[in-house]
Amino acid sequence: MAYPERVLVTKIGFDGHDRGSRVVAAYLRDAGMEVIYTPPWQEIKTVVKLAMQEDVDVVGVSSLATDHLIMPDLIAALRDADMDHVRLVVGGIIPQNEQPELMDAGVSAIFGPGATSEEIVETVRQLAVEARAARETAEVA
Amino acid sequence: MSKKASNTNAATLKDKQAEWKVRYDKEIGQDRTVINRSGIEVRPLYTPLDWSDSRYGEDLGMPGELPYTRGIYNTMHRGRTWTQRQLIGLGTPQDYNERVRMMLQQGASAISLIPCNSSFRGIDCDESPLPLLGTCGTVINTVDHMDAALDDVPIGEISTAMNDPTPFTLFAFLLSVAKRRGVPFDKITGTANQSDYISHFVANHMFYRLSQPGARRVFVDHVKFCREHVPNWNPVSVVGQHMQQAGATPAETMGLTLSTAIQYADDCIESGMDPDNFLPRFTFFFDISISFFEEVAKFRAGRRIWAKIVRERYGAKDPRSWRFKFHGQTSGVDLTQQQPLNNIARVAAQAIAGIFGGLQSMHTDGFDEAMACPTEDAARIAVATQNILREEAHLCDVIDPLGGSYYVESLTNEMEEKIFQVMDTIENAGGMYNAVDAGIVQRMIGKSALEYQSRIETGAEKVVGVNCYQSEVEDREVDTYRPSRDAMEAQVTAFKAFKAARKQADVDRALDELARAANGSENVYQKVVGAADNGVTHGEIIACLRRELGFGHPLMVA
Repeated sequence: MAYPERVLVTKIGFDGHDRGSRVVAAYLRDAGMEVIYTPPWQEIKTVVKLAMQEDVDVVGVSSLATDHLIMPDLIAALRDADMDHVRLVVGGIIPQNEQPELMDAGVSAIFGPGATSEEIVETVRQLAVEARAARETAEVA
Repeated sequence: MSKKASNTNAATLKDKQAEWKVRYDKEIGQDRTVINRSGIEVRPLYTPLDWSDSRYGEDLGMPGELPYTRGIYNTMHRGRTWTQRQLIGLGTPQDYNERVRMMLQQGASAISLIPCNSSFRGIDCDESPLPLLGTCGTVINTVDHMDAALDDVPIGEISTAMNDPTPFTLFAFLLSVAKRRGVPFDKITGTANQSDYISHFVANHMFYRLSQPGARRVFVDHVKFCREHVPNWNPVSVVGQHMQQAGATPAETMGLTLSTAIQYADDCIESGMDPDNFLPRFTFFFDISISFFEEVAKFRAGRRIWAKIVRERYGAKDPRSWRFKFHGQTSGVDLTQQQPLNNIARVAAQAIAGIFGGLQSMHTDGFDEAMACPTEDAARIAVATQNILREEAHLCDVIDPLGGSYYVESLTNEMEEKIFQVMDTIENAGGMYNAVDAGIVQRMIGKSALEYQSRIETGAEKVVGVNCYQSEVEDREVDTYRPSRDAMEAQVTAFKAFKAARKQADVDRALDELARAANGSENVYQKVVGAADNGVTHGEIIACLRRELGFGHPLMVA
């Protein structure tokens, strides 16, 4: 990679439990990535704008209290902004029966409690490679 | 016993312990180092060399007497068991009402109300994305919602806790309902259990905030209003739970909580109130983690420190001011999504620590609370856990049963020392308000959260089903509570109709008075109550105060 992976770590919706997002942001940072961290309760349009302005490869959304229920809105908004190449990761409390819907909608990975920092760092690294390749393809097209 | 004889005994004990240590070392080979969450090294054995009865008077005393280590009341749980107060909040006001009546029937002796997350963001249901409404709390935006939520619930006879941050709109709606039903305000009992705005800046970012100075102003006005008009309501609950859930160690949590309480007491005194008027209405709210003995020691030490502070710093004369009353909630952070039924065992262990710690009121988590709002089954088991501990395990029979244990007393003293260290750090930073402004508290909590997570990753801290004893079979699916979207849509429609049917002139006048109070010297909270009476909504009250007193953003420190 020419420059470090760029990751936006954020929370959408109403929940303010940010212990998880802060810990994960610190892990990614310590692994050498460039992390853009936001406080909780971001509006979807703000997340899209930030992802665009900061030219991130991966957006990580932390959800502890049902905010993942509006993930499909974020996915649609990224698509509308021609940001399909950005890879999406969700972490936190996502009930098993609600996971397939998120994956089908375009989320690349879901990390529940018990996920190790190593797993998270490796996956995000891999997804950043994919994101950059996808962007190049999109630009050529 | 003569002094000489006692010295000889100590010498003998010292020798005997040294001999035992030789045998111990030989047998155990490579011993583990055990360090508790607060950073205190825990040794394999405690004896009178660590704590002895000669310290009884100074360290313990009797229950209901200074320094209150053994409990704040003479009779403790043998006289009056702890209040079983389950946090409840879900769906529509009607959903809440159904659940609360079921809980009362099951043996809950007090109620609580958690509003929808949209309320915590300071907005009404008509401004919220529909999928998020009612998933984690009840939609309460008006006095009518509160009336429906408490239908057939005798509000003058039962204690109520409101998860109600500044500017305390839920409590205003409750008072309006009391007026409607002819219940006098002095019959209203319970606690404003989210009054601790400082904890919302540093640890629990669930809540919408006014600016720090604005929140400080409303906080003091609310205490004053309650002392004058609702004498049996506890307007202050200092919430250590938020700090610990966010990652502070148990000792840090107690230190930060007591420093916060000092800030609030200082502010009340600054505004002209007498310590013995408001201190008896101060309450505390803590997390009970599964670090069993550490939690017991945390509570015993905190109780002792508070009694010292209120007398030495504030000169409080009324024993009711000296008593450290607290509600405990079993810690959700310790619960796991993996093998979820294991959480029933975890909650029981946490609850016992809280009981031995001498709590006054308790919430036990549902086993599915790591995943979602508790389902009905999980809520029932959580209440039954408390009933079993009380009735079958006989945990209410003896006061402070761990008192006098060499380990527990020694640990209580060590925790006390750690807690004082944290309090000194805050005091040196100019008190809690300034320490928060400078980011000192946020940094402390963030560092401990990361350290604890690293301990789980390295296996230094074991979590069954997560980093050891993982299950080979697929985890059992747990039902997840989700409110009916149709019911929520109907709720929003009804809310819009309610707003359209109000007398707009009354609403405008009430909001105007609120704005003027915010900019003047009248009691702001009095005007919040007036607004609730006139059909003003939660979101409208907050929008007004946000405009007049400023919006507060938490300081984020990595």
